[in-house]
Amino acid sequence: MTSADPIIVETTERIFRDLADPQAINSADDDAWRAPLWTALEEAGLTVAWLDDALGGGGASIADGFAIARVSGTYAAPVPLAETLLAAWLLGRGGIEAPTGRMTVAPTRTKDRIVLDADGRLVGSVHQVPWASASDHMALIAAQADKNVVALVETGACSVIAGTNLAADPRDEVRFDGVTPLKTAPAPEGLGERGLRLMGAAARSLQMTSALEAILDLSVDYAGERVAFERKISKFQAVQHELAKLASETAAAMAASGSAAKAIGDAEAFDDRTFMEVASTKVRVGEAAREGAAIAHQVHGAIGFTEEYVLHRFTRRLWSWQDDFGSESVWAAEIGKMICAGGPDQLWATITAA
Amino acid sequence: MAKSIEFDALGLPPEAESLRGEVREFLDAEIAAGNINPNNAGGRGSFDRAFSKRVGAKGWIGMTWPKQYGGHERSYLERYVVNEEFLAAGAPTQAHFVADRQSGPILLQHAPEEIKADILPRITRGECTFCIGMSEPDSGSDLFAAKTKADKVEQGWRINGRKVWTSYAHQSDYMIALFRTAPPTKENRRHGLTQFLVDMKKPGITVSPIPFMTGGHEFNEVVFDDAMLPDNSVLGEIDGAWKQATSELAYERSGPERFLETYQVLVELIGALGDKPDLRGAEGVGRLVAQLNSLRRMSISVAGMLAAGKEPVLEASIVKDLGTNWEQALPAKARDLAAFADVEPSNRPNFQDVIDHATMIAPKLTIQGGTREILRGIIARGLGLR
Repeated sequence: MTSADPIIVETTERIFRDLADPQAINSADDDAWRAPLWTALEEAGLTVAWLDDALGGGGASIADGFAIARVSGTYAAPVPLAETLLAAWLLGRGGIEAPTGRMTVAPTRTKDRIVLDADGRLVGSVHQVPWASASDHMALIAAQADKNVVALVETGACSVIAGTNLAADPRDEVRFDGVTPLKTAPAPEGLGERGLRLMGAAARSLQMTSALEAILDLSVDYAGERVAFERKISKFQAVQHELAKLASETAAAMAASGSAAKAIGDAEAFDDRTFMEVASTKVRVGEAAREGAAIAHQVHGAIGFTEEYVLHRFTRRLWSWQDDFGSESVWAAEIGKMICAGGPDQLWATITAA
Repeated sequence: MAKSIEFDALGLPPEAESLRGEVREFLDAEIAAGNINPNNAGGRGSFDRAFSKRVGAKGWIGMTWPKQYGGHERSYLERYVVNEEFLAAGAPTQAHFVADRQSGPILLQHAPEEIKADILPRITRGECTFCIGMSEPDSGSDLFAAKTKADKVEQGWRINGRKVWTSYAHQSDYMIALFRTAPPTKENRRHGLTQFLVDMKKPGITVSPIPFMTGGHEFNEVVFDDAMLPDNSVLGEIDGAWKQATSELAYERSGPERFLETYQVLVELIGALGDKPDLRGAEGVGRLVAQLNSLRRMSISVAGMLAAGKEPVLEASIVKDLGTNWEQALPAKARDLAAFADVEPSNRPNFQDVIDHATMIAPKLTIQGGTREILRGIIARGLGLR
């Protein structure tokens, strides 16, 4: 995989820094920050970076798109950037031109399935879809007979039952009830709902890694300012060791999510090797999120769980992102089944295959 | 802070992957010849000079060292592959492991030319075993409390004192030891220690066993009673060993031996659960494999930084802390996960033996080579907290 284009990384950073400062958003009285942020991201071509130029996208590499997701996590901004990126990517896999505006993808959970029936209508329902209610369009993987198709559908044509995750971001149920998609195309060989979940899991893992970095920095800074028993609490060994554990969990997330992005960028196929790398990553990063968020809150004490302080912008998203595109438990069970089916003699070969 | 930590995604280069095939062929032949028993719970990774000589003949000891000293000038990533394949197979590497990882590189950096020319080629042939003389009865994690004295005399250095917990001292040809050559200063309590090369055959050195709770003999007490060392046994700066210690840590703490010590437990667990595990077993195995995969990614990333000439001391400490905690917790997790499995009676004894042995060696994993508490202190320092 080629590494990410520094101009894309810098542009993404600049837009978020200028328009989505977590403290400013946290203190904002209204949603006035939302529109300018989205417009800036869209005008810079970041939202559809993964789509070919010819299809109205940015023509960016896999590495570039993942780098955009990675930066967005640093700000934990409530904006469907990763979702729109993923949708544009999926549409591109089917050779479908992307519309402008906010998008999301489905299905994102193992138990959800969408069918394109013989009359070309979508049937089925999907749950916990990120940002569906705020999206203009959705990109879907649907089953048609024994094949997979990529479908573009107008969200307004579907029944959306709005919900939220614990960070108050939309996580909605969507019922298709015979909606006719705007466009459909055969999915490339080997790309099905698991491939979409893996792509989403990799993007989410990168966002989670950046959010972990952010809470590590917040916690180290806070421990260096807060004084108790006439010392900065960062000078207490017990606090130092907790922060060291948070750093280690963050480091594990860095290594795991970086290698998941690399695996997809190198292969751009969703075979068993990519599955092992990405599924392992979502498990490990999810575990890091749980452990890391707990430590960050413990270090912060009472201020950490107030509304006015910025920590919750990250920890609430870390907790809810654990569930997106497959939780630790879901992916771990899939990995475990594959490993056990291969038997003990195959284990080492599987681990070293990537 | 987060920016001071680096774990870039790194794939192994093609030459490392083709080397893996060669290593597997070699190991298969060793297993077929009965030289390695991968199912032997207690004997994994043991001491076998004949095996080390065969490894040396393959060119897999001192792989990264200069050819001038018998090395092979290969990359750290190639060394990584050989190391992890040997560990996964439970190969008996102890007769060369310490010399290859640690002692050889110290000699390369700090020994006089005639010592390098004499000893390094012998290490690469698998003919030379090293032990590490650090801990003393009153000096463990606090290395700078070491008291064993080296006095400068006309004929060289006279050594008096005692080292403990010295692994394989009873089978080693040499020790690299830390001796006190001057008292610490007020300004620097780390001052006054010097690294020495000790020929274990010298008179005045007595080695006695300190058996493990398993009954196994790895640990020793080494007593120095007026042992004499020549002038050219000094390694590096007199009184300044503390300056030399830190760069070693990145090599010593980041390798796959920091998470594969109890690997056989995972293999046996998968055998015990069978090809259609219950959901609890499947999820448990999946988590363990995911965790192992991320540890391996971290370790490879550090190997890449070493190859690039960096000194990733913080990252290496993170790998060791996470890795040893993982391998330490593994036997207890496997025991839990297999609790409801219908283990085939023929598999049962080995599964139990492997778990029992791993349970008993588990406590040492977060002690040896830098305790968990020391590592977390180093990580905290890396975060700017100290």
